[in-house]
Amino acid sequence: MTRLTVESVGIQALLEDHGRSGLAHLGVGRSGAADRASYDLANRLVGNRPGAACIEVTLGRLAFTVDATVSMAVTGAPVAIRCGNRAHAVNASFPARAGDTVTLGTPAAGLRTYVAVRGGIAGQEVLGSVSWDTMAQLGTPPLRAGDVLQVSHAKTDWPATDVAPVAAIGSGPLDLPLLLGPRDDWFTDEALDRLANREFTVTSDANRVGIRLDGPDLPRCHSGELASEGVVLGALQVPTRGRPTLFLADRPVTGGYPVIGVVPLSGVNRAAQAVPGTRIRFRPRRR
Amino acid sequence: MTASSACAPVLRPCGDTAWLLDLDDNRVVHRWATAVRKAGLNGVSEVVPGLSTLLVTLDPDVTDSATLHAALTALEPWPEMAGEDERHVIDVRYDGEDLHAVADLTGLAVDEVVAAHTGTPWRVAFCGFAPGFSYLVGGDPRLRVPRRDESRVRVPAGAVAIAGEFSSVYPRVSPGGWQLLGHTDAVLWNPAADPPSVLRPGAVVEFRDVTR
Repeated sequence: MTRLTVESVGIQALLEDHGRSGLAHLGVGRSGAADRASYDLANRLVGNRPGAACIEVTLGRLAFTVDATVSMAVTGAPVAIRCGNRAHAVNASFPARAGDTVTLGTPAAGLRTYVAVRGGIAGQEVLGSVSWDTMAQLGTPPLRAGDVLQVSHAKTDWPATDVAPVAAIGSGPLDLPLLLGPRDDWFTDEALDRLANREFTVTSDANRVGIRLDGPDLPRCHSGELASEGVVLGALQVPTRGRPTLFLADRPVTGGYPVIGVVPLSGVNRAAQAVPGTRIRFRPRRR
Repeated sequence: MTASSACAPVLRPCGDTAWLLDLDDNRVVHRWATAVRKAGLNGVSEVVPGLSTLLVTLDPDVTDSATLHAALTALEPWPEMAGEDERHVIDVRYDGEDLHAVADLTGLAVDEVVAAHTGTPWRVAFCGFAPGFSYLVGGDPRLRVPRRDESRVRVPAGAVAIAGEFSSVYPRVSPGGWQLLGHTDAVLWNPAADPPSVLRPGAVVEFRDVTR
């Protein structure tokens, strides 16, 4: 059984997979990889079954050693990869040999890097997923130096290609589509106008739960409090006072502030790569 | 009042993978939740009650938003049937740190707080805040108290608490700002069990005083 030994962790390294589904009514959110597109790509590059667990690394700087030869791929926020004494590129599969230490540098752009190992990584499965939900504190706890991870058997046939062309993660403003609702009618026309025409900025208060944004006030035309209701991935929630929050993988399942609009999944994946300071322009439209 | 005329819901869009049914009250929410679950609609991934809404999310690999909209508008709320609700009795020792504060806030004697909390059945309106954390409604209106001014960093599992119109039992150790009335030894959250949570939306909950 192939094993990975974690040598060092930068800010955060988590096991993440497709997450938990069908339990939101019990207060259990989906969690799972924050940038699903990069995560899925990493698994495809090494011929893993969809949903195999990968390591999600925040701001790079992960090092681990493998005890047997294994194929791996690194996607998402691009980092320099050292494997033994060799360098490898992101978005392509490469072999790590028995005894090699694999080291990820700091990303030049973006926030979250995914490491897939052929077979996937085994973890502590809770309610059908190994994903660590940072808000619910469920799943496989955050990786620490000294942890030994087993490689699993979630593999399938090799893909036809071992390199994937991927649009670069830029550092310029992020354009995010936003489907208005369910509570856009709680906001004034002025608020909807500002939402469409002004810029927002990702604050340092950004994690797997959500991204708090600086930007113009979004005044309401509706007074009173919202009765708690279900919240979806990508919801842009606007508290009475304070800054709007764009919810990511570890969002709460219910919330008591109105959601003005929802960013579709492709936009959520890009938002999950936005570092603090990134400017965001929303492109609201009605369904 | 027929079921359909009373309950024809407004469907609010939640992105391209969910609809929010805007309903009148929490009882109707559970009737709709039952209807959606029993209909077994293809590609429905989550059915999530709120206080007066029901969120229905879809799996985009299986279905799409327009198909789900059409399926939901063709449904009617599940008919209400007496005696069909899931019921739980929870034994509570009323020795919570905020019991006297709640008595002061409500103008009731401590025994009267306990009698009010045990005197009416509650219902799980919805879950949230933490895995297995259930918001119970339908209690004695005299028990409406604000949250504590300062949230506790650590509330033990099994703590029985109230805030606003709600009561709850903390399913796991967590931070919390609700007023603590007492505690129960009942295990309400077990991630190894299926389902992992005892107090599920729609269930009726009665508290029984076992302090002495």
